[in-house]
Amino acid sequence: MFQRNEILQTIEMFDQQHLDIRTITMGVSLLDCADTDMDRSCTKIYDKICRLAGALVRTGEEIEAEFGIPIVNKRVSVTPIALVAAASGARDDTPYAKALDRAAREIGVNFLGGFSALVHKGMTEADRALIRSIPEALAETNLVCASVNVGSTRAGINMDAVAEMGRVVKRAAALTADNGGMACAKLVVFSNAVEDNPFMAGAFHGVGEPECEIHVGVSGPGVVEHALKAVRGEPFDVVAETIKKTAFRITRMGQLVAQEAAARLGVPFGIVDLSLAPTPAVGDSVAAILEEMGLASVGAPGTTAALALLNDAVKKGGVMASSHVGGLSGAFIPVSEDAGMIAAAEAGRLTIEKLEAMTCVCSVGLDMIAVPGDTPAETISAIIADECAIGMVNNKTTAVRIIPAPGKTVGERVDFGGLLGSAPIMPVNPCSAADFIARGGRVPAPLHSLKN
Amino acid sequence: MRAIVTVIGKDRVGIIAAVTEILARHGVNVLDISQTVLQEYFTMIMLVDLSGINVPFAALSRALEAAGAERGLQIRAQREEVFNAMHRI
Repeated sequence: MFQRNEILQTIEMFDQQHLDIRTITMGVSLLDCADTDMDRSCTKIYDKICRLAGALVRTGEEIEAEFGIPIVNKRVSVTPIALVAAASGARDDTPYAKALDRAAREIGVNFLGGFSALVHKGMTEADRALIRSIPEALAETNLVCASVNVGSTRAGINMDAVAEMGRVVKRAAALTADNGGMACAKLVVFSNAVEDNPFMAGAFHGVGEPECEIHVGVSGPGVVEHALKAVRGEPFDVVAETIKKTAFRITRMGQLVAQEAAARLGVPFGIVDLSLAPTPAVGDSVAAILEEMGLASVGAPGTTAALALLNDAVKKGGVMASSHVGGLSGAFIPVSEDAGMIAAAEAGRLTIEKLEAMTCVCSVGLDMIAVPGDTPAETISAIIADECAIGMVNNKTTAVRIIPAPGKTVGERVDFGGLLGSAPIMPVNPCSAADFIARGGRVPAPLHSLKN
Repeated sequence: MRAIVTVIGKDRVGIIAAVTEILARHGVNVLDISQTVLQEYFTMIMLVDLSGINVPFAALSRALEAAGAERGLQIRAQREEVFNAMHRI
């Protein structure tokens, strides 16, 4: 029998500290859905997703009920659509996005990721068609998420793609102006994108993955914050140990749910993503953890060091709790999805420049950041280039999910609702990078890419 | 298959009777039970055996939750694996 305090501690984590499984994501290969006829390909895509992921939501709900663990999202990730659409020679891939959206609606998932292209070294005609289609595809669907990988440590940065993505982000915002530029919240530009990421908007099912598999992304910033409250004023050795122990417990929940879901759905278990993913709810904030470590506000000097410690301790604690760790694994810092980040950004205590520094030591990148609607496409491209450089040189995944909110300016905010939250418009350095972006070409891979 | 049933809330007459009645009706056997009352705050933890359960586990969970809501109590039934995963290596 368990100790009384163990049982009550677990229940308190679920009840009061927002411990949850953030997502069960089923990766589905669509490579066999390629067809020279686009309509036929779309039908194959719809049918395959419905067939393989039809029971995903119901299974997630059953596990939720039996184990008493909240599972917030059920999602699907698919093969980058540029690869599937190549066979049809389509010039506009929007119909593929609509087929994905129909399938996602039919099976009841919250999001479906994989309207994607991998162009870190160069673009095929199919990649070009997909990237061109992104604004319309995202504006005309609800559940589809898009991502484009424009850089990697091994290949360098494709600056033509970076330039194009600045324009794509602007157009996506313009097409969804009534909605605050919502399409941009469903679009991620990556460097070193991973093939087994269960988190949106950047999830896709890489070509090195099996036919179908189950990934789980865990959460629990509130649990870590609560644990740190008990060691206030103690040295960082104690802080790191406390985070590790907490991360271990959180991740064990993820492993349990992943194994159970995989067994019930009859598909292999892929990975557990060791992430601290915040939500806009009070008490579910990564910023609050950093502040609990002794910072008056996230964004203060010391923030990067605090985040580095947090990120490392989460991985060290989590890695032993799961048989396969993957995905993005680390602390997320999406501004609009974290009450503490929102407050700091609104008060001017957290800037884009500080966030950029933070992305050097945490899971992903500049995530869910709203900027003035009149920010030029070249400036957005340059922000993407900076993030890609960080990812390329540091051998890590970085990403940009930025929303140039149409008609909005600093001091206003844009609301997306639900988990996407609400973002204060943050100021952007007004100096132009237009000539820099106009150069195009490729940034060569760094010296340390030559590992063999 | 075993589960942990927890009951948390303000103490009153008949809590154990109500919970065990529901468990018995669903073919669930109680293996271990412990309870404390601290400042009128009632906490009960039960280890139960589900091998004879006559409904889907989720239905039992819902029945217990509803019975708790009627009495201002929080009643949960969770598979034992959750606590194993979190507290045992």
